[in-house]
Amino acid sequence: MNAPLRKAEAAPGLDEALVEVRNLTVDFLGGRKPVRAVGGVDFDLRAGDALALLGESGSGKSVTLRALMRLLPEARTRIGGQLRVDGHDVLGLGRRALAAYRGGTVAMIFQDPGLALDPVYRIGDQIAEAVVRHEGVSHAKGRARALELFERVHIPSPARRLDAFPHEMSGGMRQRAMIALALACRPKLLLADEPTTALDATVQIQILLLLRELQRDLGLAVIFVTHDVGVAVQVADRVAVMYGGHLVEVGSSGEVIGAPAHPYTRGLLASRITPESPKGIRLATIPGSPPDLSDPPPGCPFEPRCALAIPGCRDGLPTRVPVAPGHAARCIRIGEAA
Amino acid sequence: MSGTAEPTRGAAPPAGGTDPRDRGGPAQPLLAVDGLVKHFASKGGLFGKGPVVRAVDGVDFAIAKGETLGVVGESGCGKSTTARLLMQINRPDRGDIVFDGELLGSRALDLKSYRRQVQMVFQDSYASLNPRLTVEESVAFGPRAHGLSGSAALARAHDLLRRVGLEPRRFGGRYPHEISGGQRQRVNIARALALEPRLLILDEAVSALDKSVEAQVLNLLADLKREFGLTYMFISHDLNVVRFMSDRVMVMYLGRIAEIGPADAILAAPRHPYTAALLASQPSTDPDARLDEAPLTGDPPNPINPPPGCRFHTRCRFAAEVCRTREPALDPVAPAHFAACHMAVPGSGHPDAPQLPMAA
Repeated sequence: MNAPLRKAEAAPGLDEALVEVRNLTVDFLGGRKPVRAVGGVDFDLRAGDALALLGESGSGKSVTLRALMRLLPEARTRIGGQLRVDGHDVLGLGRRALAAYRGGTVAMIFQDPGLALDPVYRIGDQIAEAVVRHEGVSHAKGRARALELFERVHIPSPARRLDAFPHEMSGGMRQRAMIALALACRPKLLLADEPTTALDATVQIQILLLLRELQRDLGLAVIFVTHDVGVAVQVADRVAVMYGGHLVEVGSSGEVIGAPAHPYTRGLLASRITPESPKGIRLATIPGSPPDLSDPPPGCPFEPRCALAIPGCRDGLPTRVPVAPGHAARCIRIGEAA
Repeated sequence: MSGTAEPTRGAAPPAGGTDPRDRGGPAQPLLAVDGLVKHFASKGGLFGKGPVVRAVDGVDFAIAKGETLGVVGESGCGKSTTARLLMQINRPDRGDIVFDGELLGSRALDLKSYRRQVQMVFQDSYASLNPRLTVEESVAFGPRAHGLSGSAALARAHDLLRRVGLEPRRFGGRYPHEISGGQRQRVNIARALALEPRLLILDEAVSALDKSVEAQVLNLLADLKREFGLTYMFISHDLNVVRFMSDRVMVMYLGRIAEIGPADAILAAPRHPYTAALLASQPSTDPDARLDEAPLTGDPPNPINPPPGCRFHTRCRFAAEVCRTREPALDPVAPAHFAACHMAVPGSGHPDAPQLPMAA
């Protein structure tokens, strides 16, 4: 995982990472003490792959996603480390390059389509505008692309729906329209910040299937932030578990969910209710609460709550310990006779 | 983490012996609802009223003493409106609410004494608390309004905060924005219990919480139910949680009951295709059990203009001619298990319905 960063000019080949995140740190300033929301995150993502960032509130998953798109308020945030997406040094992009990067290389969808769609413009025109802006084509060409995109995301009667305003659409339709808008300029990486959390389960599964289809058909790389293990498994082949601003465990979804190695992942999975949970049992819980990120613990972020903690856990952040091929966790107690 | 608790299923009598407020004994439902209807006038254009939203459109059910009734359904199915009608936040257009044998609004049961016995916890833990009151003031507010002295109300608040796992000396003086979402929901639960209610309506009360916090709050709800002999109406979109918490489950669709019956039976072998589709839509955590096709297409239809016949027929893969024309009644399909589906009723005219026994 310590591969040297490549030079910007070469387009990434098949085996090379589309996204390289190295020691990403994000500090929020402006409060009494800076808050270290992301404490040094590393991961790679190849073109066309899907990764789920799984974590609870305050784990840093959304902040990591926003850093990739440079959406964090610059005056109040300090970002450290290196972010490279499709050859772009994301943290070094100037204003114009950033505008082309957003939408052209990376696009984002949100939990609330209201954040992405302008309520006073017809949706077809919003998509057309993005296409005109990025590709310099005529408005008519932009509208044609919008129609194509509406068909792509399976919006029924797409031609008629292009003239709809966002409020005239149902929740699931708005979510599809937002995905169409995100795809308008043919991005290579789609960032999804809990896009299905507010939807009914019956609609959520439709959107998850759509995202998988787009990933497969368009070769789109996807980073999907969620707090829901089931959603992570449905949409991604690899899962990265975040806790206290760190990636504590990364691996294939089958490995991480089926054979979790980190005590936090184990605790999180054990507290879930499954169709097999016997009724009336006491649910397992993780004692305590997540760390105060304005005063993070010196060592493993989970140490204060961990049943397996030993004094050595306070001596700095644990390194990544391989568990199985492609599966690693930051815990010094892995490998000991458990 | 502690040992296995006593199962909380069944309409077991409250642990503290018989409740002095109990009137009809264990066989009489704590709450019975008959013909509940609520239509909202939606905003029209410039002139006059718009169409009517049929939020709750004729609902009958009962909740036994000590049981937990789970309620599931998509948005717009009427589950939250039903809860708000029970709580009398909105007044029903039609229908009777009978609480332990007494009709709400009759001389025997006025609104104030009913509300003391029925309390509700909402999804949004922050919006449900007054930001200008400390936690202990919020919990003590109800008892004081119902006539307890200030010091007695505060003592009760402290006692309840302790019961929900919040040390009163540490948390009592804090404001809602100074505590976490899970802690706020504990405060809301303490406040709901402050009037010693018998029925607690939990409307997506754990849905906004992180999973590890949700488990803590569900454990707490199980403890409180046993300790105070409570009855729960548990509304949630998470079918796994509903199955785990509930003795019976009620499935709603577009303002009507689609299916109601024992939780295990309904979720193991649903008799209404809508229940089956809801179940199949829950994302599985098994990577080998990923879905390739959505169980239902499209969004839930609008309750402004529910389809004729069976309301589900527009999305039902089994829909036949009879489904488009005749609305199925909520008929028994097994002991204590009812479904409103033509396929479940012999002789309904649906090709997949069981055959009527032939006359010899």
